[in-house]
Amino acid sequence: MAERYLLPRLEKPGYRGSLEEYRREGGYEALKKALAMQPEEVTAIVKNSGLRGRGGAGFPTGLKWTFMPPAADPRPRYLAVNADESEPGTCKDRVLMERDPHSVVEGVAISAYALRAKASYVYIRGEYRASFRAMERAITEATKAGLLADRPIHLHVGAGAYICGEETALMESLEGKRGHPRPKPPFPANFGLWGQPTTVNNVETLANVPPILAKGIEWYATMGTKASPGNFLCGISGHVERPGVYEVPLGIPAKTILDDLAGGVRGGKKLKAIIPGGSSSGFLPASAVEKLVMDHDGLKNAGTMFGTGAIIALDETSCIVRATKVLCQFYHHETCGQCSQCREGCAWLDQICGRVENGEGRPDDVNTLLALADGMRGKTICALSDAAAIPVQLAIQHFRSEFEQHVAEKRCPFGNPPMHVHTDGLDDEKRSELVEIVHSDVLTLLNEGKSTSGKGMAVQ
Amino acid sequence: MTAGIPTAGIPMPKKAAAPPAAPDPRRHFGAETIARFESWKRQYPDERAALIPILHAAQDEKGWLSRETLEAVAAYLKLPFIRVYEVASFYPMFHLRAVGRHVAWVCRNISCDLRGASAIVETFRRKCGIGPDETTPDGKLTLKLAECLGGCASAPVVDLDGVYRENLDVAQVEKLIAELK
Repeated sequence: MAERYLLPRLEKPGYRGSLEEYRREGGYEALKKALAMQPEEVTAIVKNSGLRGRGGAGFPTGLKWTFMPPAADPRPRYLAVNADESEPGTCKDRVLMERDPHSVVEGVAISAYALRAKASYVYIRGEYRASFRAMERAITEATKAGLLADRPIHLHVGAGAYICGEETALMESLEGKRGHPRPKPPFPANFGLWGQPTTVNNVETLANVPPILAKGIEWYATMGTKASPGNFLCGISGHVERPGVYEVPLGIPAKTILDDLAGGVRGGKKLKAIIPGGSSSGFLPASAVEKLVMDHDGLKNAGTMFGTGAIIALDETSCIVRATKVLCQFYHHETCGQCSQCREGCAWLDQICGRVENGEGRPDDVNTLLALADGMRGKTICALSDAAAIPVQLAIQHFRSEFEQHVAEKRCPFGNPPMHVHTDGLDDEKRSELVEIVHSDVLTLLNEGKSTSGKGMAVQ
Repeated sequence: MTAGIPTAGIPMPKKAAAPPAAPDPRRHFGAETIARFESWKRQYPDERAALIPILHAAQDEKGWLSRETLEAVAAYLKLPFIRVYEVASFYPMFHLRAVGRHVAWVCRNISCDLRGASAIVETFRRKCGIGPDETTPDGKLTLKLAECLGGCASAPVVDLDGVYRENLDVAQVEKLIAELK
């Protein structure tokens, strides 16, 4: 196994993540090194390291930093740190914030210096109270030690909305508004927090910055692949013997993580499918896992995406329709409701998937799901609509017969209890009338921009 | 003013009456909560940004966000009521109805579902007689379903009164319920 640089410190027995302990491990040396350079030199190093964002999109971090306006621009500029970890399956940023918060604080401090940021805001999801407390303590220590100089780091707290992990929704939320993503352009580098130049980076991404500064880009290139260098934190969950968060180099075979680190499928059962990069990356069958390589290109070639690199394993006893319904219900709950394709599409995916799982599916429901999902791709302000459609598309692509079996047998062949199916608040008569109309031509309605469920406008 | 606002969860007068005068935030909230408000407000160039943290602080004191509490927050931040209500109703962590002394959020998302989340929900139903979004008649416990809590590698997870309980099984949940005061 390649060298690790994110977790060994916090895995040491007795390590509690205080400033003193972090410094004893060489902490804040990278910050010292960075402050001796010009901000642009720091940016160049991060850019040349090839570091890619670990929050989902995999965008090159240094390149993103260069989008900020030139130093002569007098406007105040901000760094927003995305600690709103909430992609199902993803539980990695939490490990860094709770157990080694100074590794994040140092990363923020260096990045804020490189970006010439006036202040940094760390947006922590509301449920992560332990992360908040640990980060609060670390920031207080770092401030008292004079490490942050005139670039303060502030904590902000979310309140349970997944959409706020989308960078423009995060900024809206940070400004005290509903988490509605903003249309782009303008991009955050020009018009971000309070209309000022802003860069948004993920927690794990920023934790990669101090080691890159301290040990150099040649060292960094020895881990991972050419297109995706470095290590990443892989959260593996579901039906494995040892779920956990493991630090592994990008480009590692998925089998190595599943079998060697996570101990294989729980109870000696067979693997049926995995979700390779957080819920939005959808399902891959076990046969595709054999040769799967965990990096941005590897997962793209497999027809999905790297996302947050969080693997969820499903064994042979799992029902793919139920799993799809669980995800549909999640996206339905989390859509912000701005764009009709997403608001209506998520509601219908949830409802139709639910009735298929409950044995109440109709013969053409599978095609309706595909038509709906297709109508949700690439048409909205942010990527949540696509993220909701991809799992449905991949589930049907790889496990179509299982959906059809549910419909034909009018039951869940795995014997799962019925799930809650979304309804629209209409009375039975109105609903059946509406369902008939929609069932016959749901796409026409969507294309005309009319509402087809209860989430948005009143039904005509 | 109230005509177009959805009323779910907020007690509203049946007939259109003048909205209640906003309570004085410094009387409505305790000194400690006001101090928390102040410290949040200071860290942003625009005070409105403190709204979500302030709603958390308000809920910590009051248990839930009544119309009166939302009016007091609006008065404190000098915002129209709707700017506060639209945020409070957007974010799932804010309670717009009274909740029990304890609140349990059971994660129902994929990693927890694969490792027995529905058995946990059933345990609450069996032991406490309540389903999701319900409160026991004695006001002890409110049950909520959460989307991914980020405890996937230690699933299934319950967030009980702000503390994560991880790697749970039915017996442990029964014990947690028995220990509730």
